[in-house]
Amino acid sequence: MTGELLTIKDLHTGFRIKDTYYDAVDGVSITLKKNEILAIVGESGCGKSTLATSIIGLHDHNKTKVQGEISYNGLNLALLDEDNFNKVRGEEIGMIFQDPLSALNPLMRIGEQIEEGLIYHTNLSKDAREKRVLELLSQVGIPKPKRVIRQFPHQLSGGMRQRVIIAIAISCKPKIIIADEPTTALDVTIQAQILDLLIDLQAETGAGIILITHDLGVVAEVADRVAVMYAGQIIEEAPVDELFSNPQHPYTRSLFNSIPQMNSEDDKLQVIQGLVPSLVKLPRTGCRFSSRIPWIPARAHEENPILHEISPGHLVRCTCWQHFHFEGERGGSFQ
Amino acid sequence: MWKTILRRVLVMIPQLFVLSLLIFILASFMPGDPFTGLITPESDPNRLEELREAAGFYDPWYVQYYNWIVNAAQGDFGKSYTYKIAVADLIGDRALNTFWLSLLSVVLLYLIAIPLGVLAGRYQDTFLDKTIVLYSFISYAIPTFVLSLIFLFLFGYQFHWFPTTGTVDIKYDQGSWGYIWSKIYHMLLPAITYAILGTTGVIQYLRSEIIDSKSMDYVRTARSKGIPIRKVYSKHIFRNSLLPIAAFLGFTITGLLGGSIFIETIFGYPGMGQLFVQSITSRDYSVITALVLLLGFLTLLGSLLSDIIMSIVDPRIRID
Repeated sequence: MTGELLTIKDLHTGFRIKDTYYDAVDGVSITLKKNEILAIVGESGCGKSTLATSIIGLHDHNKTKVQGEISYNGLNLALLDEDNFNKVRGEEIGMIFQDPLSALNPLMRIGEQIEEGLIYHTNLSKDAREKRVLELLSQVGIPKPKRVIRQFPHQLSGGMRQRVIIAIAISCKPKIIIADEPTTALDVTIQAQILDLLIDLQAETGAGIILITHDLGVVAEVADRVAVMYAGQIIEEAPVDELFSNPQHPYTRSLFNSIPQMNSEDDKLQVIQGLVPSLVKLPRTGCRFSSRIPWIPARAHEENPILHEISPGHLVRCTCWQHFHFEGERGGSFQ
Repeated sequence: MWKTILRRVLVMIPQLFVLSLLIFILASFMPGDPFTGLITPESDPNRLEELREAAGFYDPWYVQYYNWIVNAAQGDFGKSYTYKIAVADLIGDRALNTFWLSLLSVVLLYLIAIPLGVLAGRYQDTFLDKTIVLYSFISYAIPTFVLSLIFLFLFGYQFHWFPTTGTVDIKYDQGSWGYIWSKIYHMLLPAITYAILGTTGVIQYLRSEIIDSKSMDYVRTARSKGIPIRKVYSKHIFRNSLLPIAAFLGFTITGLLGGSIFIETIFGYPGMGQLFVQSITSRDYSVITALVLLLGFLTLLGSLLSDIIMSIVDPRIRID
């Protein structure tokens, strides 16, 4: 037993646009270990959320094609049909969503919504289920759980609702929890509470957590290992300390560079030129980040960039990182 | 919950007052007076003047309004000029007929429209969906009187499946099972016609609501729990999609109580719609005034009903 919970190999998730499938997740391979919080970072539109919905099978089956291998416990999740997936979803994999204000059914009581998963995944009696719901609510730090189970979502604050969603996700003690930007819609103090809660739950249950975020501060606080995604591919992967102390890929370095610094004398915000290319226009060959660092000569890039292990556990795609410098800085070996 | 309802009922009082005042003013513009219907060649004009005096025809308008509204509240709307009986009695019979016809129509309408709307929304863009949408457009495009005449001709006169006029067979005793069945039997064809014509709105609304709800975040949450997809539909998507239908339910019910002029006329069914048309063509003003007041009241009642229904189905609307 190597402690690997989930192994993703060469995953492609394509969306149908006018009868052609365009891969939003383009050949991602990654593993999640037990007791680990794996963060996936990137700008909007780089395929993070698509990766998450592919793992838990929540994509729209009519418009989406998932190919590759998502192996969990001897199963390839990418091949499961809806009925079989329902045995995995909720029970083995739980999911926490971005916007707690819209992620709960406005017409159902909180208790009912948490109980729903228990009905299908456990043999608990009605009383036992209610006891478990109360237990879950106190576990996620909701005061007066007896009152809250009778309430409707609109009667709770955003932070409380996110706690309810976390309670739903962990209700059947899943081995894997996918958290898709769980703190983006919350204010900063609540963010910290929710992150602490996630860390505590992880320690209690031993579940593996995939944390999807664009917030590097969140990553620094909770993650064990980080994968940086760009345009559907993982471009750098490293343990969290290594990535923060020694980022290598131009994209990762640009992301760090764009965090505003308090003590910087320069008032200008550092931005990354251009935008993540749209799915349809994305060039499928060559280094995908090259268009946003046009001052780096083409020969610095690999023709078909692959992930290189530059130190144990630290992977970087393409060779351009060796020659990268920020625009206006003194050039590297090519100049 | 009860607070919400009480508040709504209190709001209705000024609305009713304004409504009755408007109708009173309109009625006072109409030619004729309470005795127009009683005039015969032998009537003595002086005697008529005395009667008018005694009935308060020359009182100031607010006294007249006060008397009218007090009488109306007690169910006295005067006499019909053409039928020579009390308006309340005349409307009473018709209202009861229309009430039963409306009830049957609404039940049939939702029995047809809700399953079709749900199926179309759930299996969006499939052959089934396209067929249902096509049906709903066709039923929307056919004028009421055309479909009524076709049904009456086919099922009434050609196949003799349904009676073609009236509300009940005279051979049954009032209150017996045969009598009740005969009443339902007489209502069936007009009710089916009405239901088929009314489905479009409900089908289209429900279909687009279901399609919208499917992509809602809470549906994704429900699916992430790993519960069967039919449960996701029945407990999450369906319930939320019914909200706008529920919002219209009150209006639908009371709207129908006004009667359908075409259907009642074509099927020879003595209801409110038919009475309305007849009283307009025969200038039976006391009946028209009473009917307009009644329809106005029903509209207010419909909005009250809708609000009550909404506060039952949507917890966000309740005032605790």
